[in-house]
Order: sequence, then structure tokens, then C-alpha cells
Amino acid sequence: MRAGLLGIEGLTRAEIQAILDRARDFQPKPERGFRKLDLLRGRMVVNLFFEASTRTRTSFEIAAKCLGADSVSITAQASSVSKGESLVDTLNTLAAMRPDAIIMRHAASGAPHFLQRHLETPIINAGDGTHEHPTQALLDARTILDHGKSLEGLRVAIIGDIAHSRVARSNAYLLSRFGAEIVLCGPASLLPQELKQIAPGVTLTTRMKEAIRDADVIMMLRVQLERQHESAFPASEYFQFYGLRLEHLRLAKADVIVMHPGPINRGREISSEVADSQRSVILNQVENGIAVRMAVLERVLSGVAVN
Amino acid sequence: MASLLIKNGRVIDPASGHDAVADVLMEDGRIVAVGKNITAKQKTEVLDATGLIVAPGFIDMHVHLREPGFEHAETIESGARAAAAGGFTSIAPMPNTSPVNDSATVTSYIVEKARKHAVVNVWPIGAITKGSAGEELAAIGSMVNAGAVAISDDGRPVMNARVMRRAMEFARSFGIPVIDHCEDLHLSAGGDMHEGLESVRLGLRGIPGCSEDVMVARDILLAEVTGARFHVAHISSKHSVEMVAFAKSKGLQVTAETTPHHFAIADSDVPPYDSNYKMKPPLRSHGDVGAVIEGVTNGAIDAIATDHAPHPGDEKMQEFEKCPFGILGLETALGVSFEHLLHPNKIGLKRLVELFTTGPARILGIPRGTLAAGAAGDVTIFSLDREWTYDVNKSFSKSRNSPFDGRTFRGGPVATIVNGAIVWRVTA
Repeated sequence: MRAGLLGIEGLTRAEIQAILDRARDFQPKPERGFRKLDLLRGRMVVNLFFEASTRTRTSFEIAAKCLGADSVSITAQASSVSKGESLVDTLNTLAAMRPDAIIMRHAASGAPHFLQRHLETPIINAGDGTHEHPTQALLDARTILDHGKSLEGLRVAIIGDIAHSRVARSNAYLLSRFGAEIVLCGPASLLPQELKQIAPGVTLTTRMKEAIRDADVIMMLRVQLERQHESAFPASEYFQFYGLRLEHLRLAKADVIVMHPGPINRGREISSEVADSQRSVILNQVENGIAVRMAVLERVLSGVAVN
Repeated sequence: MASLLIKNGRVIDPASGHDAVADVLMEDGRIVAVGKNITAKQKTEVLDATGLIVAPGFIDMHVHLREPGFEHAETIESGARAAAAGGFTSIAPMPNTSPVNDSATVTSYIVEKARKHAVVNVWPIGAITKGSAGEELAAIGSMVNAGAVAISDDGRPVMNARVMRRAMEFARSFGIPVIDHCEDLHLSAGGDMHEGLESVRLGLRGIPGCSEDVMVARDILLAEVTGARFHVAHISSKHSVEMVAFAKSKGLQVTAETTPHHFAIADSDVPPYDSNYKMKPPLRSHGDVGAVIEGVTNGAIDAIATDHAPHPGDEKMQEFEKCPFGILGLETALGVSFEHLLHPNKIGLKRLVELFTTGPARILGIPRGTLAAGAAGDVTIFSLDREWTYDVNKSFSKSRNSPFDGRTFRGGPVATIVNGAIVWRVTA
């Protein structure tokens, strides 16, 4: 059985490095855009998105097409899920159509892990609940490397709703593998103390300035105001204490880069001035999303074990 | 006159302090004599128990039989068969059926069904509040008259402290214990597993230990105010065990049970997202597991109960967060208890037998748990060294949700005798 990609946690440093290296081959050249290759001609992937997503789904679709693979996209609303079919039945039905891989996003943590135990077809996790989002961490790492930074010894501040962030978890695992310092920052109600044990090099702080001081990279996370119902934080105070503004950047290294997995909420977790500044690499992240996903698809579909 | 003679077993009866190789004679469903070299009369069935332990019938004071209402998951008949195969002669089903066992009518239905179809004794537990909705007291007195031995809103704990206080006061009038599934539903809301490093790592919402602790604390204080007998169901956290020990030291009528899975498995031992390990309270940290074992050892915990909670396969074959809480427990309780308590010498054999007999019998106030002459002829015969492997697909239960499928155990039940009749014997 070929292996899919369920998370960063199960990957070795060498496996991650191989994907990041290969992604560089797929990056677009200036003025030419992404090259169309036929490395995966005749292969078929299914994009199965049980949760709304524009950028990740589009990114996977383009990545598949750039490699010459056929891709079919299904969203939950249009599928039989809305007719009461169970997740296992839906996946078994799709698997019977013999795709070479299923790319899956689901709101439940562990949904792809649960399905992979019952399914031969490799699954690529495009985000599961509040657990992992492996291709996001890979594209973030590719973006950091492209800006001339080495991951070893790098100081990365990840700021926002850490408790509910699959991006934070996957990034912490990946950066830790390469010896980076990861500072997770947010209000204590969104920053479980246990997080400092999830990977070596992870520290926690509830003070934004402390997190940003001397940072090489600042990753802002999307904040979901819906969580206010859980009384995790008063929405009116969020931007004041955890929103990234221009004055914060002075505390960081001079060549700090600001990242965001998107979609951004201007004025909620990041000011417009920062989002549009020279330090923002948000659009590079989007571009690298395609290159990294091409590398992942190639690896999974050509049968090299990922995990 | 039906009679049964069990020969040459090591008879352990904590209630009378008996622990020696002896014979046990039963006639007409009752124990007649325990002693050396009892000779069989004609027509007496003889069971050779050489090398085996002969104990009073084991009691599981916390099961879910799903009848009436959820017969696709379990019935009184199938649950009773699973109990017998696990070495239990008495079981106490919780009231979360459909309809809820909150009236004498439902209690009588269960008693009647059990009389006709159950191979073991069934002691119903009635609801505390109507529909277990937590608001208005159920018809507690009538349920007691119909055969209920305790009250509990298991799984839907009474959140209103005033209602709980009234329930305790009223229950005291009938001498029955109030059993609480201690969980502050606001603190645990949305949780799927124990809150800790594992839940954070897996991105699953946590059920914090404090959601159990604050309710244990509340109920102990209410037990003091009301003078009621308060029993903690499936205790799982360190602080809760410590508080029960404290309440006992103050002379309060507070007791506790724990389950085999809560002293056998910690959250970090669980295969990720495997719903056969999903139950309430959740499997907690190694520290909590150690504290539960300590409580079993030092007497803070009075009984082992399984919280046998059948769910059909399709309900457990879902995303982890959608799966219902609960696992099977009747058929593996002895094996798991031997492996985690007896074999590692955490407790001795007499204490183990107490936890399954005199402990629960005293809490429920039922005339069981002893081999004294004249007592009901309920006997559990078990082995300490027979190796066997649990195959959940051969379970007597109608459901298959067990984390112990495929597990090999050393020691387990060999024969189960209810009212002087053999209702289950090990095969092969």
C-alpha cells in the first residue's frame, strides 16, 4: 500500500527536507508562471473537502493539473454526506472509483487518520479539525527558506488562537525538527500549557512583545470571533493585545518576515499596514503552496513512502 | 430438590473471613454448607473446583442493558449472558433507557423482563429526576417498592445543587444510596478525551479532571448536610479519590467505585482516534491511574464496576468526535483486574474478591456477597492462571465496542452459578 501524508508529526527531518528540495524545482520562474509537466499523466486524485476552503482546494487542484494528473473536486454540500451517508461509506464509495489518492479536509480532528485505517487509497491531509495541516507547514518552511533564512536556530513567533490551530501544531513539529526556537503566543485561554511539551524548542508566552522580540519570523493566525461564545477572550480587546501592528515590527529582527496562512482578517489579528508592508510574505506563501503540493503529490503518487 | 456441590476449591468468603480449601453445598438455590469433605447425596450435581477459587457471586453495580428502548445495542437477556460469561451473578442497570427508568412502571418492566430472560440477578437503579432532566424528582419511593436499589441520573448528572440536595434528603428516607456520575457539564462541554498533553497533541477537545472533581466536592458537602449515602460512580481522577478518602476520614457515608479501564489504561496509551477507547469519564493521565490504584489499595474505593456500555458498530465507526461514549466491560473485568491489580501485587486475592462482592453488596444494600449458610446460591468460580484471549466477535453482548479485543489474559472466570444453578461455564 502506498502511504499518504497525514501529518508532520510522523515525518523525519530527511523526509521533510526531500519535499522542500523538490518543491524548489516546481517553483514558477519569473514571467513564466508554473510549468506544465506530465510527471503524473494518467493519475487521478480526488479533492474531498468537508469544510469550506478556497485557497487550499484550488492550490491542490492547480498542483495536480501542473503535474498532468486529473483531479476531481467534491465539496460536502454537493456530496452524499448531506444525504446522511456516513464518512466511511462515502470514502469507500470514492475509493471504489480507484483514484490514486484522496486529498481530504475535514472539521473533525483525526478524521483522515480514522479513515486511513479502513482504506487502501492513500490520503493526503489538507487540514483535520484542530490537529494538523501538513502542507501548510511545508509551504511555510519553503517560504522561510526562500527568504534566505536557515531553519536551524531560527526564532519563530506564532501568535493567535494556538489552542484551535492546526497550522500552529504542524509548524511547531516541522520547525522543531530543524532546531528552530518556536514561541507560541496568545491569551492564556487559547494557549494550553501542555503545548510546550509537544516538541523540543517550543516555549509559550501570553505577552506579544515578548514573543516578537528578536523574532526572525512572525506567523499570525486567523482568529475566529465565533469562539467568543466559549468566553475564551473578550472580542473587543483582541486586537489591542494580540493584533500585529507596525510598531511591533521594531522589536523583531530587522529582516523579520510576517506570515499568515490566510484568509486574513484586517484589523482583527493583523493591521492593514503590516499585511501590505514589505515585510509581509503572505502572497509568497500562496505561490509556494502550489509548488509544495506538487512535491507532495509526486511523492505520494509515485509510491515513495511519506508516512 | 436440586442440589449442587462444588468440591475442593479454595473458598474465599471475605464476609465470613473464610479462606481455605473446602466444599460448598447448595440446595434449592441456597448455600447449605461450606466445609471439608462434604459428601454428595444421590442426584447432587458435583463440580470439581480443584485448583480454582470459589467466591461469592460477583456483583457489577454499574451496567447499561439498553432495554427498554435501545434493544439493537443490548437487551436484558444478552447483557445478562455477557455478565455470566464475565463471572458476574448480579448486575445493576442504570436508568438511561427509553423511556428512562423514572417510574415504578419502568422498574417493574425491567424486573419482570429480567425474571423471565436474565440468567443473572438484575437490580435496577432508578432515575433521580423525571426523564433524568435534572429538574423534578422522579417517583423514587415507588421505584424502591418496585425493586430499585439506588438512584442515579448517570450520564446526565444533576447540575442543580438544590435538586441534588433534595434528592439526597429524599433518598435517605428509603435508605438507598444516591449514585452520581460526577461531571460538571459546563466544564466538560464539547470534550472528547481527557484534557492534557494528548488532547492538545491530537487537537481533540478536553474533558478536564476538574469537571469531575468539582462535582465530587459538591456532592460530598451535600452528603454531609443531608446525611445521605452518596456513591461516586466510575471515579477516575486523583483529586476525586483523595476527596473520597477525606470524606471517609470524616465519617461521612461516602463510597466510590472505579472501572477496570480506569486503572488499566492512561490517555497516552490510547491508539490515536480509536473510539473503542472513548468513554466518560475519559481515560486520564498516568498520575490519575496511579491514584485510582492507590485508592483501590487503601480502601478509598469500595468496588469495581464495569460501566458496561454497549454501542452498535455503526455508531463507533465515525469521526472520533461523533462517536458515542462508552465501552463493553462485563466479559473482561476479571482478566483486566488480575493483570493490573492482582498479578503486580497491588492487592491480594481477598481484597480483590471484596471489591467485587461485599463492597458493592453493602453499597446497594442487597442480600448478596457472601457464602454463609442460608445465603443465596450465587457463586463465582475463577482461575488465576488459565490463559485465554478475548475475542469480542464471540461476545454475548450485542455490541462489539471493546478496547480489549484480542488481549490475552492470565486468569479469568471458569463457572458462574446463580441461585444454585450453573448459568455459564468456560468452554475449551
